[in-house]
Amino acid sequence: MGYQTTLAKMNALFADLSKDYVIYAPKRFVGDGTFVNIDTIRYGEITDLAEIEFAEKSDYSFKEVLLPISETLFYFTENEMKEADAPKKGAIVFLRSCDLYGLKRLDTIYLENGAVDTYYKRLRDHTKFILMGCENSFENCFCVSMGTQKSNDYDAYIKVEGHTVLVDSHWDVLDTALTGEAQTIVIADSVTANETVVTIPETVPQTLFESPFWEDYGNRCIACGRCNFVCPTCTCFTMQDIFYTDNGKAGERRRVWASCHVDGYTDMAGGHAFRNDKGQRMRFKVLHKINDYKRRFGSHMCIGCGRCDDVCPEYISFANCINELNTLTKEEI
Amino acid sequence: MTVTNPYTPFLSKITEVIKHTEIEYTFRMAYQGDVLPGQFFEVSLPKFGEAPISVSGIGDGTVDLTIRKVGKVTNEIFENYVGDSLFLRGPYGNGFDIDNYKGKEILLVAGGTGLSPVKGIVDYFSAHPEDCQGFTLLVGFKSPKDVLFKKDFEKWEKNINVIMTVDTPEDGYCGKCGLVTQYIPEIPINHSDHAVGIVVGPPMMMKCTLTELFNVGFKEENIWISQERKMCCGIGKCGHCKIDDTYICLDGPVFNYTKGKFLKD
Ligand SMILES: Cc1cc2nc3c(=O)[nH]c(=O)nc-3n(C[C@H](O)[C@H](O)[C@H](O)COP(=O)(O)OP(=O)(O)OC[C@H]3O[C@@H](n4cnc5c(N)ncnc54)[C@H](O)[C@@H]3O)c2cc1C
Ligand code: SF4
Ligand code: SF4
Ligand code: FES
Repeated sequence: MGYQTTLAKMNALFADLSKDYVIYAPKRFVGDGTFVNIDTIRYGEITDLAEIEFAEKSDYSFKEVLLPISETLFYFTENEMKEADAPKKGAIVFLRSCDLYGLKRLDTIYLENGAVDTYYKRLRDHTKFILMGCENSFENCFCVSMGTQKSNDYDAYIKVEGHTVLVDSHWDVLDTALTGEAQTIVIADSVTANETVVTIPETVPQTLFESPFWEDYGNRCIACGRCNFVCPTCTCFTMQDIFYTDNGKAGERRRVWASCHVDGYTDMAGGHAFRNDKGQRMRFKVLHKINDYKRRFGSHMCIGCGRCDDVCPEYISFANCINELNTLTKEEI
Repeated sequence: MTVTNPYTPFLSKITEVIKHTEIEYTFRMAYQGDVLPGQFFEVSLPKFGEAPISVSGIGDGTVDLTIRKVGKVTNEIFENYVGDSLFLRGPYGNGFDIDNYKGKEILLVAGGTGLSPVKGIVDYFSAHPEDCQGFTLLVGFKSPKDVLFKKDFEKWEKNINVIMTVDTPEDGYCGKCGLVTQYIPEIPINHSDHAVGIVVGPPMMMKCTLTELFNVGFKEENIWISQERKMCCGIGKCGHCKIDDTYICLDGPVFNYTKGKFLKD
């Protein structure tokens, strides 16, 4: 149901919801960026819609709400193992259309590939998603190429225009709270074209695995893993046990984000490691996003948000890589 | 909550410890439930972490885990847990299906600790030699000091053909020397185009052995391999073991070569 209401009413409504939900949205952190005078936009808790950065794309994705960077799974004592408690409150997350598709990728890995992940599920089941529309495409976005520029799979869509707020609700709680407000048809803003266009090769022949094409990435990539960490669809983690320095008998098991670009990711018994070459790591990541995942699960993993291109300190472009790969594939076949 | 937590380990009693070398022991663990050779458990040690370890033997109410002391978790197991119990979760992975090999001539080639995940197959056919047309175990260790499962060898040799070799002999050693590959042409296989091969070991050893097996006429579809990769979860989540669209922990670690050959890191 679509509504037109006021910012004051909406803020009051969210204040009410905050009794049961922590509300997360992209916020601007002034001067907090990598370089001087550069801001970062990342997810944080909000209490007022005015805190949300609607006009720009967030540097970091929403995924950390459902997959904390470091998450405690268990606490240990001498003879006991205790599952970490779930957060008491649910969560409400503001995100873009492409990100909603990213959510599906997380669901696939954490709920469908092998056993259901209890920790993910217990957060996911209590999270509501609010779409932020895109009036214009941002730098490096290529959602149209990936077919992720539009989604109806949200709990609500919210657009703030000065003191007016437009809401499209798929959530009974909002419908109830907005009873009596002016009803109207609300269609979420979405882009119809991006400056960046990618063409994904149907299948990448294995002969290209050894192509000198990847060497260029081997020389440029510094294995910082930033492209993985900002990606809403990167799902990898490493297990870590720690014990408390003031009480060696107690400790905890955590999972922390991992990255296929950084050293140590494949280190194995005997000191053997796969993909020591950074170019081969780039190949692994790229094909995971636009080839392997699709063969297994039926859709591309990449959702075209372009955050990897935004963040790379070496100006490595994933989008260019796909397009060049497409050309090479055509030559190969 | 209705979903059982797949990360929760269970406590399992160590019923026996068999010492093979200074750094390799078999821990016989209490375990009730179905398990196949080639599957693995995550051995979990609170405060130290987890390590995937293959099932090296299946008993009545027990599974054997042959562990090599190489790092954080395994060091701690050797130092503090002998005689007590360990946390486990699993079994994970697909394991070897013995039915694929029944009634056939079988050649199993293993390198070092690579014998662990396939030892259940050797145990089975040496106890049921009538279930196959012939069984050769070809296994290589680095040196006589590194030989595992010495007692089992005595038992196996009665019923199956066993060739054991070491890379570097030392004074007083009178067995076979050299790499496993050099013995392949000598193995009495009557119909190599129908025989099944099972190959497990370090990457280089697997590569050379496979080349040699093809040279003597083995068919790709009759060869099975087991892959080892870094694993952090064992249940298709952490991503470390993924190659192409395959998760070694879910779809493997055992693969028919026709599938396994496409797994390029
Ligand atoms: C499916 C599967 C089955 C496995 N089965 C077995 C098994 O049956 N028995 C077994 O012992 N292991 C087995 N492994 C390997 C085992 O999981 C690792 O050796 C183990 O994770 C080491 O854990 P750790 O914490 O003790 O070592 P870590 O602290 O993780 O390792 C410390 C360091 O030692 C290096 N290292 C690890 N192993 C060796 C080695 N063998 N020689 C020299 N350096 C090494 C590592 O690269 C690392 O740098 C298996 C692995 C997989 C994926
Ligand atoms: S990729 Fe598309 S949906 Fe995502 S932020 Fe950019 S323009 Fe919006
Ligand atoms: S952000 Fe760039 S430099 Fe860093 S790992 Fe990714 S591709 Fe390499
Ligand atoms: S071990 Fe984690 S995905 Fe396979």
